[in-house]
Amino acid sequence: MNVASDPGVWVAGIFTIAIFSFLYKDNPFYKFAEHLLVGVSAGYYLVQYFFSAAYKKFYVPVFINKDYILIVGGILGIMMFARLFRRSEWVSRYPVAFYVAAWAGYVIPSYIHVRILQQAESTMFNPVGMPLKDLLSACVLFVGVAATLIYFYFSAEHKGGLRVVSKIGITFLMIGFGATFGYNVMGRISLLIGRFQFIFTDWLGLVR
Amino acid sequence: MKTRGPIIVAFVIGMLMMIQFFTPNPFFLRLYNIVLDWKQVVLGCTFILGTWSLIRYHIKKIQRHQENWQYSYVTLIGLTVTVGAAGIWKTASGPYPWLFNNIQVPMQSTMFSLLAFFVASASYRAFRARTVHATLLLVAGALVMLGRVSIGAYFSGSILGVEISLVEISDWLLNVPNLAAKRGIMIGVGLGMTATAIKIILGIEKTYLGRSD
Repeated sequence: MNVASDPGVWVAGIFTIAIFSFLYKDNPFYKFAEHLLVGVSAGYYLVQYFFSAAYKKFYVPVFINKDYILIVGGILGIMMFARLFRRSEWVSRYPVAFYVAAWAGYVIPSYIHVRILQQAESTMFNPVGMPLKDLLSACVLFVGVAATLIYFYFSAEHKGGLRVVSKIGITFLMIGFGATFGYNVMGRISLLIGRFQFIFTDWLGLVR
Repeated sequence: MKTRGPIIVAFVIGMLMMIQFFTPNPFFLRLYNIVLDWKQVVLGCTFILGTWSLIRYHIKKIQRHQENWQYSYVTLIGLTVTVGAAGIWKTASGPYPWLFNNIQVPMQSTMFSLLAFFVASASYRAFRARTVHATLLLVAGALVMLGRVSIGAYFSGSILGVEISLVEISDWLLNVPNLAAKRGIMIGVGLGMTATAIKIILGIEKTYLGRSD
């Protein structure tokens, strides 16, 4: 047995056990660990975002590089705090509108390109000279994408041929959801194995 | 001023961000980068607002002695210590990365790993092979799970004279039917987001502004 001597490993190990104790039932150790996680995470992300935003994108360019155009970002940021007071709440609409519109303007060309055109292009295939196995998969993929899209087409009632195709769409969606579920569960399981490895190998040294 | 002003800002900024995609003009590229920097600063300020909201919530909880109010001290102390550590010893070394590596990372991954148990118990209760589609979901999930573990490699069979293993079936399910469904959803989401973005820029969609007083 080769128990860890690093206090950091001990702290991590004790809090890991505290979180796992929730499997028995909600208890004070779990509550303590949960609340500490919220506090530390909030502090960590606050520092990260504040440092990357206020310092790197505001303080350095404005006060060191004398790039005064970036003052506008600071003013917009300060305007966000108007949200704290009921009478001046409307002022915060300006930075919100700015942020949402900047996202919207970016989304239109990039999403059309990446999420629509590129996806459609990748679904198309040239059957000439394709091995049979790949051809079969490409056909299934093409039918699946088309049928899934038709399932989400609500401008006409799903009757007749449309109903048949939308049923095929549901079939693909169900297989997709099942596969995604299985994949996610396995992701969680590998995280669980990682935690047990930490407890038994890094912390307690029971397993080499 | 209260409603029209933000809508005009949205229109101008939205159009600017859109135009820069189509023009190689360096002026627009510079403007685009400036807007991205402004966005970062606004985002940083929203984090301060969010943290302030969290602090206020826990202070109120302590003042009113609501259920489990004692634990609010833990959150507030954790937050103060982390921010204080970054302020005193900086972020590159010292207690700040220590807190991240020995408290946040292990607890966060343990939290996520806990979900393995809850997902398993929830799926046991919810998954019933009542219809063809429900059965498909169940079978696809089971095949993918089995295909991801070492034992899956030992299962193999012959389909139309072709020897195929469970791992290959699992990979095929993930790469073909699953991808088809995902791609269909992605195209649909892309169309929906584009439509919403156009509505925001044109001032048709205004709900992000909040109350209309």
